[in-house]
Parts: sequence; structure tokens; C-alpha cells
Amino acid sequence: MKQGSIRWSVYAGLTPAILIVVFAYVGTMIWTIGISFTDSRMLPVARFAGISQYVRLFGSDRWLTSLQNMVLFGVLMIGISLALGFLLAVALDQRVRAEGFLRTVILYPYAMSFIVTGLVWQWILGPTLGIQETVRGWGFENFRFDWIVQKETAIYCVVLAGIWHAAGLVMAIMLAGLRGIDQDLWKASRIDGIKPWRFYLHIVIPMLRPSFISATVLLSLGVVKLYDLVLVLTGGGPGFSSDVPAKFVMDYLFQRQNIGLATAAATTLLITVLCVLTPWLYAEYFRAERPKE
Amino acid sequence: MTAPIHSIASTPIGEGPTGSAPKRFGPARLGIYAFLVISALFFLLPLYVMVVTSVKPMAEIRAGGIFALPMDMTFEPWVKAWSSACTGLDCRGISPGFWNSVQILIPSVFLSIFVGALTGYALSFWRVRGANLLFAVLLMGAFLPYQVFIYPLVRIYSATGMFSTIYALVLTHVIFGLPVMTLLFRNYYAGIPIDLFKAARVDGGRFFSIFFRLMLPMSVPMLVVAVILQVTGIWNDFIMGLTFGGLANRPMTVQLTNLVAPTEGEIAYNVNMAATIMTAAVPLVVYFISGRWFVRGIAAGAVKG
Amino acid sequence: MSSVSIRNLKITFGALNVLETLNLEIAEGEFIVLLGPSGCGKSTLLNAIAGLLDITDGQIWINGRNVTWSEPHDRGIGMVFQSYALYPRLTVEGNLSFGLKMAGTPKAEIARRVADAARILQLEPLLKRQPAQLSGGQRQRVAIGRALVRDANVLLFDEPLSNLDAKLRTELRVEIKRLHKSLGSTMIFVTHDQVEALTLADRVAVMHNGVIQQFATPKEIYQRPINRFVASFVGSPQMNFLTGTIHRRDEASLFRLTDGTEIDLTGYQFRLPVEDRQPATLGIRPEQAQLQPSSNHAAPLKALFTIEEPMGPDTLLWGTVAGETFSIRISADQVAVIGEECQVHVNIAHTSLFDEAGERL
Repeated sequence: MKQGSIRWSVYAGLTPAILIVVFAYVGTMIWTIGISFTDSRMLPVARFAGISQYVRLFGSDRWLTSLQNMVLFGVLMIGISLALGFLLAVALDQRVRAEGFLRTVILYPYAMSFIVTGLVWQWILGPTLGIQETVRGWGFENFRFDWIVQKETAIYCVVLAGIWHAAGLVMAIMLAGLRGIDQDLWKASRIDGIKPWRFYLHIVIPMLRPSFISATVLLSLGVVKLYDLVLVLTGGGPGFSSDVPAKFVMDYLFQRQNIGLATAAATTLLITVLCVLTPWLYAEYFRAERPKE
Repeated sequence: MTAPIHSIASTPIGEGPTGSAPKRFGPARLGIYAFLVISALFFLLPLYVMVVTSVKPMAEIRAGGIFALPMDMTFEPWVKAWSSACTGLDCRGISPGFWNSVQILIPSVFLSIFVGALTGYALSFWRVRGANLLFAVLLMGAFLPYQVFIYPLVRIYSATGMFSTIYALVLTHVIFGLPVMTLLFRNYYAGIPIDLFKAARVDGGRFFSIFFRLMLPMSVPMLVVAVILQVTGIWNDFIMGLTFGGLANRPMTVQLTNLVAPTEGEIAYNVNMAATIMTAAVPLVVYFISGRWFVRGIAAGAVKG
Repeated sequence: MSSVSIRNLKITFGALNVLETLNLEIAEGEFIVLLGPSGCGKSTLLNAIAGLLDITDGQIWINGRNVTWSEPHDRGIGMVFQSYALYPRLTVEGNLSFGLKMAGTPKAEIARRVADAARILQLEPLLKRQPAQLSGGQRQRVAIGRALVRDANVLLFDEPLSNLDAKLRTELRVEIKRLHKSLGSTMIFVTHDQVEALTLADRVAVMHNGVIQQFATPKEIYQRPINRFVASFVGSPQMNFLTGTIHRRDEASLFRLTDGTEIDLTGYQFRLPVEDRQPATLGIRPEQAQLQPSSNHAAPLKALFTIEEPMGPDTLLWGTVAGETFSIRISADQVAVIGEECQVHVNIAHTSLFDEAGERL
């Protein structure tokens, strides 16, 4: 009797989570996937249309460009942020002066919203106001730095702003990892006369593998969800040259009123993420727990 | 204690170096500092541009660009950005957005942390069937792009009459904050000795009494981390506010994008930058005050998107 | 020629003096243990010898060379750490050879030295394993091996056994002692464990508050502690301390306890001159007091024992003498008198007398 009432109170405590999972996550996900197989436009209709939305989607230049941009942004932003963040962490770990100040300065962008990040970099990179105009003002009349308004280069501006926002995060994760390394290990390497850079290359980087993985996962999340930054920095333009999938979905949902195509795009995104994520999630959160039980 | 006994014969100092080795400020060290200083300048540049431009009159911006130091400092752009800059026909500055954000922030932070802590507690101490499945789906939720869920949610809110209300926004923040909050507290409670929980059970503690009387008071450090994460996260949100807030409840970030959107006539960059700083102010203040706790939050909520 | 020589060493961390004008001469092939409670400066001293921390003043000589400013790897030392400090993600073989490879030692030479170390420490079956796959004892053997391959004739040990369980600790202790015998290299070993110190060392340096209190053979440290700190830090259970006064009578002198009992001090070798009626403390090791009078100079004391602790080979009795806590160690087959007053007999030649400042008299 008493045991039973306790069991019910556990479920009562879990009710909000269960409701959210069932309706807000699983329910909406199935709904979205469902719509993607209909020919819904402005409003959802239950007319089954097979995979025609997917065919249209992958026939769309804009979608293919946005996918390409996501990969380009992902590889460059993650790669450079990891390298820069790691080097910053190593540099900060050399008993430098003003370490606290430098750490604060490097990490503060991560506290800023993508909206603020995008706006300020738009002003700095914009040719009529920012770097180009300033350098021209110094007398170099022919100086050109207008990547943000060029089709081929606009996405690199997004990469730059992304790195500015995220490198501090990598630094913080790596610094924590470095500080966690056994002090005796550094001593042992000094007794063995190992050059510091070799020690970092052969011992420290392999040891920091978990830090590299969690930083990569965190940054990849930002890559898939990348929306606000592009919206304010380039607006996806010029044309749709710097468009990204998340923005594609939002545009087709709320402006272009083609929810069939939008949900097909969202479902594609979902499947991509699941394919990458499931093995990692399983390894991280479930496999490790099994032996304990 | 006794006075030490120097029973060991003192050896005379020999030839050669004595005392601490001389410190060399070698090229390696110089390189490290150069790298750090250049990086710091890169990270500081946007903040510098915003602050400097926001206190310049327009004439100076036209003449000298956005990198020069202000010659004729003025706080007029700040006043204007706060209370009289125009978004379309609405000329109340960015302050309505600020107050909207505060109204959204307080209940969202409170509720999302409460539900997350409760769920984390239930999942780490109580054996319930399906707990692993629940947790797995929650984790997925943390990683999936919002675009997957957003349209059906719009339909649900419309059908229930919640669309464009503050309730819809708060509920959305609770929904999308739940995975990280749950993870945060589940990991924290996993570090609490299970014997403590067992002792509470033996003493007659029930599900809710153990949570409120024992676990919640013990969770103060994690609560601080959670508040930091949620305040910055929810304040910085754009997509939820844009989609669910409607015109009346749009948060500061959404209003900022409207405010700075190009209109006819000259763009008032100084006003725009002042408004941008104001929008960034809350998370920045949280960041500067919380210091190491912020870093801890990043590490703890390592799945935050 | 001494192998390691510390001359007027001073180390400060900020305003804190960790070591103050410390001198230490260690002969070639000696096994030296630095013993003391945590915070006494013993690890600081070892790290200074290794060159792992900056000294404030003084000199360090190793093998007749002034190495005060030398890099750790140029000092001709090997070191074993408490946390093993094995390089993760390298095999045992990789750990042993890593330093040599980085130093550009020829391959054949590396192979020879690794094989030697592996043979000495019986690591051959483990060479291809990762540190994570090893037990604590095996890890520490690998760590010792890493110090050995450096062919250094001074080996430093920083509490190498304290992370191991009691059984392994004893095994490895014996192994280290055997290693010292076969290698003949100078060894400096830091520990807070007096059993390790007494069993391993040729000479022990007992440290307290950054100062070497006594530097002598284990026997000397145990039997003739130079002050009350050394007397109470070494030995378990602790030495008994009885307060009283020394009285001089012609040639002889005697010690009067607070309860009036007088103990003849004939046979005690005084180190310092004493005055009549000088207040002092008499230190008696538990095993130096016996229920039966042994041969000579056995002074009787009135004792009352209340607790009996059988330890296996012997038994500890706890009680009081002249109102002060007192314990004795008797053999297990002796009959203990519990709860009533009895006599214990003390061989005065094996006791220690301390003056009010705690110095040995």
C-alpha cells in the first residue's frame, strides 16, 4: 500500500518530463515527418504525396547550397576553433601574467547571443562602414575587403564570426583538461628531458581526447542549429549563397508558405543528426552504465 | 616544539652557481605573449567597436569610421536607443523589448530549472520502468534542431489559444530547457552518495519530501550553475521569441533586429550599437559576475546547443 | 666523495620559508630516507634535488657536479612518483623507452636498457600492455623501470608506495631494498611511513618544519632520538613520556616522578650536562618496560593497566604510571595483570631523557 503510493508519487514527479517528451518531442517529430510526405503548402493537408517533397528538395539549388554551406561552415569553424582554442589554452597554461583577464576576454563572446555577434561583425565586415572603409580612409583608396557582399566569400564571414563566438569555449574546455593532467606527469617528462612541444604532441593531445570530443560535439550542435547568426550577418545572401538548412526550413515554413517542402528539409536534417549522434550518445551515456548494474 | 638541532656539519659552499637559476625571457616566452595579446585584441575588437561607436555623434562616424576613438563623446545615442528609437512606427526605443525579455526570463528560468531538477532527481535515485528510454529521448531533444519541432508546436499553441502569449514562450523555454537541465541535475545527483538517499528513505522520506527537504537544499551549487546557463540561454534566444512571441511579447533580441533593420534615410549606427550593447548587457553582466561558475556551467551542461 | 650534497639550501614560497639553510651529505650508494609528517618539507627537498622547483638560495651537487642551475634531465637522476605518472596511451615498453627516444639514444642501446630494466623488475610479460591494464603494483614497477633505464646513479622516490594497499606495499618495499642491493646506486626515498623508513634506510633524515631534526641510522633514530619530536614521531605505539625532575647525588643521579617514585639513572649515557633538580621528561619505549625484572638496572615503576590489546605475536597493555598514560608491549604468552596495581621494570640504558626544551639529555 505504502510502496504503491510512493510509486505513484514518482510518476507524478516525472509527469512534466513525460508529457514534454511524448507531446513536444516525439509527437511533434512524428507530425513533422508526417507532413513531409504530403503535398501541404500553406496549411497541412492529409493528401499523401509519397517522396515527391524530397525529390523537389534535392532538386533545389538553394537546399543543396545550404547543405554545402553547413558542411563548409562546420568543418572550418570546428577545425579552426579547436586549433585556436587548444593553442590559447596551452599558452594560458604557461604561468602567464594576467591569466584571469585573458581568460575572461577570450571567453566573453560565448556569453553573447548570435544576434549580437552577427550584428557587430556585420558592421565590422560591411564594406561601407567597417574595415574596408577605415583602411580606405587611411589613404589606400583601392583597398578591397568586401567578402560579406560577395557570393563566393560571404559564408567565410559567417565562419569568422562563428570562430569568434566559439573559440573561447574550446579554450575553457581545453584549459580544464590541461589543469586536470597529473602534475607528476609534467615532472616525469622534465626528468626524462622531453621537449615541451613533443610532450604536448605525444602525451597531452592524446590525453585530452575526451576534451576534444566534447568540444567537437558542442560545436557541431551549433552548426546544425546555425540560424540567427546567418540571418543577421548575411541574411543568407547575397542571393542565397550563404544560406543554411535551418534558415531554409524557417523561410519555407513562415515566409514562403510551403510547409511540405520545409518539413521534408527538417526531416532530412533530423535523419542526418540522428545518424551521427546515436552511436556517440549510446557510447557516452548508456554503454558505460551497463557494467555497473 | 623544540629548537632544531644542527647535528649535521655544514658544508662550505662550493664553486659554481648558487641560488635560483636566472629567469630568461626567451623567444618562446615572447611568442606566447605575442600570440595571447593578438588573440585578445581579436576577441576584444567587436566590443571595442560597439562601445566606441555608441558614444560618437553620427558626423564623426561618417568622417572617421567605426574604429577611431570618439572625440566628442555623447550619451545621446544610448538615451535614444533605450527610449525613442523607432521600429517602424513604434518609437519607444528598445526598452519594451527589455521588459518583455525580463517578463519571459523570470518564470522561464524558474520553471525550467524546477522541472529539470525534479526530473534529474527522479531519474537518478528512483528506479522506474522506462527511465532509460525517457532519458534517451530527452538527450535526443538536446541535440536536434528546433526546426523539427517548431511547426507542430505553432499549430498546438494556435489550437489552444496560447499562440503569441507569454505562456507559449515560457512553456517553450521549459520544453527546450528540459534536456540540459535534467542532464545537469542527473549528473550532480549521481555524485551524491546513494547512502544519503537510503538513510532518508529509512527515516521515512517520501519522493517529494526527500526532494524538497534534502536534495534541493543540497543542490545550491548546481542551482547557481543552472541559473547562469538559463539566464544567458533564454535571454539570448531569438528563434523562439520570433516564432511564438508575436508582436506584443517579442523579446529584446527580436526587437533589436527590427530596430537595426535598414530603413529610409541614414542608418543611425551609434544608436544601433548602443541598442546592441544593451541587449548583450544582461548575459555579459552575468558572465563577468559569475566568472568561474560560468565555465563550470559550460562544462556541466556540455550538451548545451 | 659524496654522491649528493645539499649546501645551505633555502626555499621560500612567497613569504613562507619552506626550507631554511638545509645541509645534507649523502655518500655514494647510500639509501637515504627523508621522513616526516606532511608539510615538513621532505617532498620539497626531493623536488629541489630533482630540479623540479626553483630554489631561493644554496647549492645542490650531484656526483661532484654543481647542478644548481641544471635542467632535471641533466642531473643524472631518475625519479619515481607517488601517482606513478606513467604516460597514458603508451605501452609499458613505450613508457620505458620514451625518454630515451626523445633524447635520440641509438635504437640498440634503448633496446638493451629496456630489456635490462624489464628483466630486473620482471616486467617482460607486461611490455606490450597499456598502463590502464596494469595493477597498482605493476604500474609502480614500470615507474621504477622508467627511472632505471636512465642509467642514473641517483634514484629519487617520492612516496612511491603510499598509493598501494598494505600487502603490495610490503612486497614492493622488499623489492626496492633488493634493487638497491643489486644496483648499488644512491637512493633518496621520501615517506611519512616510519616502517618504510626504518626498514629501508641506511640513514634516516627526520624532518619537521623544514628542518632536519636528526640524520642517523634507523637504530640510532629509534633508540637515541635527538629530541622529543623524533622520539614521538618514530615508534608505534608512541614512546611513553613521564614528567619529573633529575636529582644529583654525588656520582649518581636519579629521576623522581610526580608521584614520588625514584628511578636510579645509573647506566644512562648523558649527552649534555645536567643540574640538580632539573625538570625533565623520561621517555620509555613500550617494549623497554617489562612485567618481570630482566637483568641489570631494571628500575621498578608502579603501574595500573586497564586495557589489553592482543596483537598476535605480542600484546599491548594500556594504563597509567604516576597519572600519565603508559603502554607496554609484552609477549603473547605472558599473563597480563588488568585492573590492579603492578610493577613494571625499565632498563634505564634504553630510555631517553629530554630537557624542558625537548632536547635529549
